[in-house]
Order: sequence, then structure tokens, then C-alpha cells
Amino acid sequence: MAFYVVQFLTGLASAASLFLVASGLSIIFGVTRIVNFAHGAFYMIGAYIAFTLTERFSGAFGFWGGVVMAALAVALIGVLVEMVLLRRIYHAPELFQLLGTFGLTLMVEDLVVLIWGPDDLVGRRAPGFKGAVDFFGQNIPSYDLFLIVLGPVVLGILWLLFQRTRWGVLVRAATQDRDMVAALGVNQKWLFTSVFAVGVFLAALGGALQIPRDAVHHAMDLRIIVEVFVVVVIGGLGSIVGAFVAAVLVSELNAFGILIFPKISIILVFLVMAAVLIVRPWGLFGKPEAAARKTPGLSVNPWRPLTSNERLASLAALVIAALLPLFAGNYALTVGSEIAIFVIFAVSLHFLMSVGGLASFGHAAYFGLGAYGVAFLAKMAGLPMIVCLLLGPLLGCMGAAVFGFFAVQLSGVYFAMLTLAFAQIVWSIAFQWVSVTGGDNGILGVWPASWAASPSHFYWLALGVAALVTIALRIAVFSPFGYALRATRDSLLRSEAVGINAKRIQWTAFVIAGTTAGIGGALFAYLKGSVFPDNLGISLSVDALVMVLLGGVETVSGGVIGAIVYKALNIWLVSQTDLSKLVLGGFIVLIVVVFPKGIVGMLEMLAQRRRKSPPPGSSLLAKPIESAE
Amino acid sequence: MSLAPPLLAVEGLTKSYGGIHAVRGVSFSLRSGEILALIGPNGAGKSTCFDMLNGQNRPDSGHVRLLGEETTGKKPREIWRMGVGRTFQITATFATMTVRENVQVALISHRKQLFDLWGSAPNVDRSEAGRLLELVGMGGYADRPCGELAYGDLKRLELAVALANDPKLLLMDEPTAGMAPRERVELMRLTAQIANEKSIGVLFTEHDMDVVFEHADRIIVLNRGTLIAEGSPAEVRGNPQVQAIYLGEGLLYEGGHREGASA
Amino acid sequence: MRARSYFVGAAFALLAAGMGHSALAEDIKIGEINSYSLLPSFTEPYRKGWQLAVEEINAAGGINGKKLVVVSKDDGGKPADAQTAANELVSSEGVAMLTGTFLSNIGLAVSDFANQKKVFFLAAEPLTDAVTWAKGNKYTFRLRPSNYMQAAMLVEAASKLPAKRWATIAPNYEYGQSAVAVFKKLMSEKRPDIQWVDEQWPPQGKIDAGPVVQAVAQANPEAILNVTFGPDLVKLVREGNTRGLFKGREVVSFLTGEPEYLDPLKDETPEGWIVTGYPWYSIKTPEHDAFLKAYQAKYNDYPRLGSIVGYQTIKAAAAILAKAGSTDTDKLIAAAEGISMPSPFGEITFRKIDHQSTLGAFVGKTAQKDGKGVMVDASYKKGSDYLPSDAEVEKLRPKD
Repeated sequence: MAFYVVQFLTGLASAASLFLVASGLSIIFGVTRIVNFAHGAFYMIGAYIAFTLTERFSGAFGFWGGVVMAALAVALIGVLVEMVLLRRIYHAPELFQLLGTFGLTLMVEDLVVLIWGPDDLVGRRAPGFKGAVDFFGQNIPSYDLFLIVLGPVVLGILWLLFQRTRWGVLVRAATQDRDMVAALGVNQKWLFTSVFAVGVFLAALGGALQIPRDAVHHAMDLRIIVEVFVVVVIGGLGSIVGAFVAAVLVSELNAFGILIFPKISIILVFLVMAAVLIVRPWGLFGKPEAAARKTPGLSVNPWRPLTSNERLASLAALVIAALLPLFAGNYALTVGSEIAIFVIFAVSLHFLMSVGGLASFGHAAYFGLGAYGVAFLAKMAGLPMIVCLLLGPLLGCMGAAVFGFFAVQLSGVYFAMLTLAFAQIVWSIAFQWVSVTGGDNGILGVWPASWAASPSHFYWLALGVAALVTIALRIAVFSPFGYALRATRDSLLRSEAVGINAKRIQWTAFVIAGTTAGIGGALFAYLKGSVFPDNLGISLSVDALVMVLLGGVETVSGGVIGAIVYKALNIWLVSQTDLSKLVLGGFIVLIVVVFPKGIVGMLEMLAQRRRKSPPPGSSLLAKPIESAE
Repeated sequence: MSLAPPLLAVEGLTKSYGGIHAVRGVSFSLRSGEILALIGPNGAGKSTCFDMLNGQNRPDSGHVRLLGEETTGKKPREIWRMGVGRTFQITATFATMTVRENVQVALISHRKQLFDLWGSAPNVDRSEAGRLLELVGMGGYADRPCGELAYGDLKRLELAVALANDPKLLLMDEPTAGMAPRERVELMRLTAQIANEKSIGVLFTEHDMDVVFEHADRIIVLNRGTLIAEGSPAEVRGNPQVQAIYLGEGLLYEGGHREGASA
Repeated sequence: MRARSYFVGAAFALLAAGMGHSALAEDIKIGEINSYSLLPSFTEPYRKGWQLAVEEINAAGGINGKKLVVVSKDDGGKPADAQTAANELVSSEGVAMLTGTFLSNIGLAVSDFANQKKVFFLAAEPLTDAVTWAKGNKYTFRLRPSNYMQAAMLVEAASKLPAKRWATIAPNYEYGQSAVAVFKKLMSEKRPDIQWVDEQWPPQGKIDAGPVVQAVAQANPEAILNVTFGPDLVKLVREGNTRGLFKGREVVSFLTGEPEYLDPLKDETPEGWIVTGYPWYSIKTPEHDAFLKAYQAKYNDYPRLGSIVGYQTIKAAAAILAKAGSTDTDKLIAAAEGISMPSPFGEITFRKIDHQSTLGAFVGKTAQKDGKGVMVDASYKKGSDYLPSDAEVEKLRPKD
């Protein structure tokens, strides 16, 4: 019995710092609607700065002072980030802020190594909390007891702050209805800045308090960020109490999960998140979100099929691309193939995200399933390449059919999180089920048949498939189905009122996107000759999001351009420097600030400005913009 | 006393939330080509009643029949397929699509081409969409993005969309809310004309009594969830119970405009 | 200071890449790939090691009179990116051979690439047995003692312990799973009386150390096998120390004696764990002294195990190139099979049978000295003594 009590208390201790970080994320989201990907980075900087301060200043005051000072310092950095970066992009399309904070995260990962060096750092233990307390023969670290007390104390302070101060009232009001606060004449700018500072402070404090338990290193951010997303979503976005309950739930699942299911403890958390979201789509303590994402008047250019001139230009671009093998070497061709494959991947997500308004955070799952599909067929069934290429993507299709069914019941951030959960479940299976998937070591020897083996042949294959997929999806965008899908994105209410079964339409779109991603994955397996769990990991899902956002989420061809620019830059940077994350992150942040509509969005704006310079008004009743097909 | 079922027949519609009766035993009917106004003060149960007719809300008891066919318990999109078009109090349109595309979506749905992945949507029923837009006086705006439209134009667009499936019945929730007085008159005149030409039954709720008394063929009045009066505009205007309610609020004749968009 | 050296390192890498382009026709180019951005704590010392080797080789007149140039690429810890890098090195840079890699999956990916493209590959650090056995191929050689060898070295010491009740803690992925499997197999062969009472499989990089420690303690084993490393190890040790898990229990631990893992533990270093590792401070052989002196003179820092691996990888590559007298892949393979050469750990041989080098490791016990972790009672175990019989190896490895 004592053992279970101690196990429970250990879980509570882990919950405390998870709660600190999660509550910060939740507050920030509640008020600013920003999904702050950099939250883990702030957590990590908090730990690094606290390490430096606590090593520099001795004694109890040095330690506790150092921890608090570190959190304050990071909060100050947060203020700077909010003022310099986020303020400029609050009005950008939803999730663009995610791209910006993702860029920051990349930069921070390299920066901490530059500043603090590559070694793992182990800080000192908390003065006064070094030992353990005996509990019926079991030892409980006294620092754990401190954390167990700290969690509810912070919850209490936050509660007082929100209930008893004018600032707290404003924050709560803004969480419920942003426009209302603006109407109240509150200085929204400073409210947002202060909320961001508080959220970042909590994250940094959570990081600083890890010093006596953990090692400080440059990958801490990614270790915590996913778990924190899970906690916030299970608890309900914007709910502090929810974050607390969910942090305890997740930590206890970990603590007891290892006793019952020692090998699947990571999956367990995601299974619970998926279950919670399916039963309670807004999390345990969340409230249904008002339909906030529809932002009419955002001056979106009406989508139209390409004019005949534009078609000719696209064809010319394709022909030029097809001529690459005449003058480029093998390496350039292989890079070209990789870029073509990522074009497929990006346009598949773009279809779901831009046309369907469903931003998936786990799109790599279907890319990876396509790759694994090919690997299974080629290595286990020994089927020829062409058959594998045709059948492999079906695994992505099936995955998308199953997961998509549940995911489309939700929308917005909750949809994103459920797709993330599904992707993590698939990843965990691939990573841990070594006997079938080869685990981390992957499946090797999936090389193309001789007809496609030479780099130029494979390049033509990848380019051809990419062109076909892009054209097919473009046709779908301007098909009756595409219109229906855009209709469900723009207004669920109206689309139901004109007889559209929105969930069925969205589910179909999900399956189409998943299958298309699977086609990309299938080619990728042959390009690399092997398949690894990486192929369905979070970082690949994020890559896809970045490609779409970079290209321009409100445009029809953003996915293509975003994929080409991002992938080419990424490959080049990784080849040229070890600091590729710093440079790439900086580039992304720059794009976000300078071109908040993405690359294609910016180009369209320029083109439109030029088009509009002849006498205004003439276009109003002029001949239809669309060219008849 | 005719044997053919009426276009819309509502019988004993009842809905309560946590012990509070929002709508209690409401019954009425509507003929093709008739324009029926549903009025009542705030909290009278108009919206609840309306939502039960269009399928967004399920009654605790009672029936709604369209040409004799039960619609109770059906989803909004199923009711639409039975020939019921609707407009919303706060317009709901596809903001990033053009005016024509908005109508085309409804036409595509009506033709059951929603899962056609290959066709060219810009060409689907282009002329039919144009005709509907002309009908509501929006022909010149077909290629404008819907997000750029003025509010009154959005209302007219909604009407065009609602007409896309050749409806037998139009449900309009506060069709003139938020519009300038002159626009209100225009829109209702247009609605009445279309209803008349196509023999469509129209049920609308409205706060503006000028609009109600000018355009409704018949009026039903709800108060505290029950139907308290029914009849021609003149009859209802003369009903002392109705006068009491509205005079109490000071709204019946001159206050309607101010009530505007609030529900 | 660190930042400075890192910048210098990065600049040097860029310079090296730049030099690659301008290298003279008679230079010999080697391609090198590692997880520099993902795992800097291991790959920084590794890079210093190979840079020292390049300097020494060229100072001594290069390879058969030709200058050696190493073109180095980062793989970001991703197998797919490693293959892109490998492709660039082979196709664009025209390197004579590929070397490097740290993570097992990346080692396997590059090995598979080498097999497909018929390129010589000298794997530096990846531990998985698959590189030389189950997924072995004729183009791939490996320097560092494998998972199996490390397990066999540890089993030799562990089997002498009186403990009968054992528990295991290993990260839940291929490396952890196969390390536990090999250890269990070899241990049970020597000690049929042993009972395995608990196993913990924390997710790699995400250990929830408190509950894991508590669960192991509950099973009350007499001895524990640990396979976690890096930040996971730090958390495990800290929780284990506070909760008294290691009191009165023997612990056998993979790799913990390597400075990369031991140094961060500082005054938390547990006493008396049986570990494999690299006690650079207590090795007194002329070969190692020479290496140590040169390394410290160049970098003003002490070597980690990565330094040895990086240094010896390039030394081995140079020796193979010198013996082959050509950059032709088949000649390189012929030269590499059975080649013997000196190393800071004494003479090593690349076996013909499975392309594994006989570089060994040190086995000893952990201890604390002046608030720092050290290995004591360490002795060098030659790799050749901890490999299965040739007949078994034949069975493990597919025919070329």
C-alpha cells in the first residue's frame, strides 16, 4: 500500500512543473489565441539561465533567488518577443503565429548550444530539499514534497490573480470574448503583452525548477512541448483548473502506466487524449469555442482556376524542371526528387488545411504510413516496385479513413491536437514495435527497381507524380466537391442549411489528403531506400505545416511554392552549416514578419496592386475574372 | 376543410429547458404562397420555435409536417432537401467565395453533385446562378468576394441561396435585422413578389412591426412560449392581449427599429 | 569560451567544406557525416578527434604523398538527411569513402546507402549489432565495439557477482531492447540460476525517473542492469540516489564510464557501478600518452570517448587508403579486410569475417574523486576476446 501512495505522490510531483508550463500556455492561448510553439523554448531558457545563476551564486538565497531571477529574465525576453514579433502578426491568418514561434524555437535550440556549450549540464540540488523522507519504508524525495505543495499554491495564486484583480477580470473577459475587451476600451496591446509575460514566466519557472531533478540540455524544449500540448488540450484550452487536473492525470498515468503497461507508457497518454477529445471535444474543463476562425473581410482574393497564360507558364516551368537531368549532376537530381516528393506532401496538407480549413498537426502519419506500406510490401511480400507504389499509399488511406473519421468531428485547435495524438500513436507503434517495424532501426533495402534506379529516371518519376498529384488536387479544388469543402470551411451553419453533410465532406477530404500524403511517402521510401519512424514523426508534420504557411495558406498554389523554397533551403543549409536551425529559424521569423501572407500571398498582393492601378471601378462589372474552362 | 395537407403543419410543439417552458403546445399551419409572420416580445420563444422547424433543435413533443410528411427529428440538411430554404438572423455566407460561387454551392448540393471531384464547378449552373442573382437584384455583383459585400446585399444573397433548391417553404429569421429602413422595404417586397410568383410559403420572425404589418398575410403571436393570437394584421393589431404585451414594452408601432439586431 | 570554440569549429567545418571544392586533383577526399547539431555533446569531441588525426596525417606527408581532406556534413539526427548528405559527398564531392555516424539508425541508413551505391563506408560510432551482422554488407566496416561486445565485457564482470535477482532499465527502442536481450542471453548462459524480476522500459529521452525508480525498488532486485544514457541517466541517478535505490544493490551499466555520460553527474556519481567507458586519466600506455599529449596541446581540453573514436576513424581510413594505394572501392575493401594498425588503445584489426574492428573498451567501477565522477580499477578489454565464434558470426551475417 505504501508503495502505491508513494507512486501517487511521485506522480503529483511530476505534475507540478508540467502544470506550471501548461498553465502558461493555456493563458496565452486563451487571450491571444496564439498556439505558442516556443513555449518549450522558454522553458528551456529558464532552465539554462537558472543553471548559470545558481552555479554563480551560492547558498539557499543564491539558489532560490537564481530560480526566480531566471524566470523573471525569461519573462522579459518574452515581452521582447511579443513586442517585436507577435504584435506584428496577430492579424495574420490563424496558425501563422505558430510558424513564427516555431522559427523562434529552431533559433533557440542552436543559440543555447552556442552560449552554454554542447555538454549536458547538471545543476545543484535545492538547499534544504536534498534528501528523502521515509514513508513506511519507502523514500520520498523532499524536493518532490516541495513540488507537490507548489502546484496547488501556484494554482491558488493564479486563481486569486484572475478573480481578485482588475487585470485578471480583463484576462478572463478576453478569454471569453476578445472583441468585448476591445470594446471596453482596454489597451489591448498591453493586456496581450502582460499575459504573454505571465505565461512565459510560468514556463521558465517550470524549467528552472527542474534543475535539481533533470539535466539541462538543448533538446529539453521538444521533450516537454508535446506533453504540455497534451495537458492543455485534455484540460481544455484557456482553463487553468483544467490544466492542473490534466497535468495530474497525465503524470499519474505515467506513474502507474509503467507498472501495468511498461512498454507503452507514451502511447497511453495519447490514447487518453484521443478518448477525452472524442467524448468531450473541448477538453475536460474547456468551453465550446465560438466560431472565431472565420475571418471575413480579410480581403482574400477569390480563388480561380489558372488562366490560359498561367497554364502555359506552369507547363513551361514543368518542362524546364523536366530538363534538369540534361545539365545537373546526380546529387542535384536526388535533391530535386526529394523536393518533388515534398511538393506532394505539402499540397496534400494544403488541400486539407487551406481548402478544408482543417490544420492537421499530424499529417506525417499518412506520409509515413505510405512509406511503411511500401516497405512492408517490398520487403515482406516481395512485390515489384510499381505494385508497391500503387498499393503502399493505401495504408495511408486506411489510416486517414480511421483517424479522420474521429478527427473531423472536431475543429480548430482541437482538431489539430487530435491529429497530433493519432500521429504520435502511430509513431510510437513504429518506434517501439521492433519485431514488426524494426523500431528505430527501420526497414532497409527498399531500393527502386532498375528502371527507376538511376537518379534521372527517379527524378522524372517523382516529378511526374508530383505534377499529376498537384494537377489532380487543383482540379479537385475547382470541382463541385472542392466548392463544397470550401463551403464547410467558410460556414458550417450555412453549408448544413444548403443540404451539405459537412462531416462527410471533411472526412472525404481527410482521406484524399491522407492518401496523397501516402503517395509522397511511398516515393520517399524508394528515394531513401529505407523507412524509419522519423517518417511519421512530429518534426515532419511540422515541416509540412511550415511549407504550407510559408507558401501562403490562403492561396491555391502556396503548398507547391512553400515546399520548394523550404525544402531547398533546408537541404542547402544542413549541408553548409551545423547552425542550420539558427539560420532557418531566423529566415522563418523574417518571412513571418515581412510577408504575413506567405510567399505566394505576397506575390498575389503585388500582382493585384499592379492590376488595380488602371482606373479603379472598371473591374466591378467587367467581364468575369474566371476564364471559362 | 380541404383534404390536401397544408404546406406546413405544426402541432402541439413543446420544448423546455430545465423546467422552464420555452415553447408550450404551439400549433399553426401555413399554406403555399402565404406569408406568415411569427412575432412576440423577447424571450417569447420565437427562436426556439424557429429552430425546431428547421431542425436545429428537437422538440420534446409535438409534430412538424411538411406537406404531410414528418420533419420532426430530421437534421437541417435533410429538411432542406425536403424543400425548405432558410435565411439567418445574422447572415451566414461563404465569406471567401464570390457571390456567384455562394449560389453555385447551393445548386451543386441541390443537384447532388457534392462528391463530384472531377467536374468544373465554375461552370456548374452558371446561368442558373446568374438568374437567381438577377432575381434578387445582385446580378452585377456575381464576381465580387462575398466578404466585401454590404450587409443588405448579404441578406439578398442569402435569399438567392435559399431559393436555389426551388423551395416550397422559406424560413426567414429576422430577415431585415440590421438593415436600413429603405432596404427593409425593398427586401420584403422582393420576398413577397417571389413567394407570390413561385407559390412559396414564407414564415418569418421579425421585430420591426412596420415590416410585419405591411407584408404579412397572417400573423401569429407568441408570448411566454404559448400562442396567444393568430389572424390577419388588422385582427392582431386590434387584439387587446397583443396590445398589452407590446404597449408594455412600448414597441408595437414606433420602437421596432431600435430593437434591430438584438435577439 | 565554449561558444568561441564552437564558432571556430563551425567556421572550420565551413572552411573544410570550402576547401573540398578547391581541393587539388591529387588530394584524397573522405566524406564524414555525423549528428553535429542534434548531439553536440558527443560529436564536438569527436570532431576534435578527427581534426587532430587529419593534421597529424598531413604533417607526416599525407597518404602516399597525397594530402588528406575531410569533407564533413551534419545529418541533424535524421536518417533521411544523412542519406542526402551521403549522396552529396559521393555524387558532388567525389569522396573516396564515407565515414562517421553516431546513431544506430543513421549508421544503418548510410550502410544501406553504401551497399546500394557501392561505396566504402567506415562506421565510426553506431553500436547496433545489425551494422556488422544481421544487416551487414561488404561495403561497411565498423570501428567502435558493438552492443554485443560491450554486453559481453559487462557480463564477464557481472556473472561473478553473487546477485541472483536482477532487474533491467532500458530505453524503449531498438538499442535498449537489443542491449537487454544480449545481456540477458549471455548472462543466463553463464548463470542459469539468475532470475529476472522486473524490467522497465522508459521512453527514450522522456524517462519519468521517480516512478521508474520506485517500481524497480518495489521488485527488490539484488542487482540492476542499466542501459539509459545522457539526460535520462542523469535523472535516473538523481532519483535513485535520493530514493536509495542503489543502496546495497549492484548496478551494471552500459557506457556510463564514458566521460560524455560520467562527467555531467559530478557529485551525484554513484559509487561502485560496473561500467564500460574510457578513463583517459588512468591509462598509462605510450600510445595513449602520445594521443593525450597531442590532444591536450591542440585543444587545451581533455579527450572524451568521442575524441578517440573520431581520431581513430580517420587514422583507420588513412591506413586503409594507404594500404590500398587507390581509391577504388573494391581495392579499399580488400585492403581493409584484416588490416591491423596502431591505435591509442593498442593494436586493432578490422576482421575479415564481419568487418568489425577489435577496438576494445575499458571496464571498471565508478567512483567519486573531488566531487567528480571517475572510473577506478579499470582494465582494457580487447575487442577480439568478446566476439562470438566465427561459426556463429557466419550464421548471423548474410552472405555478401
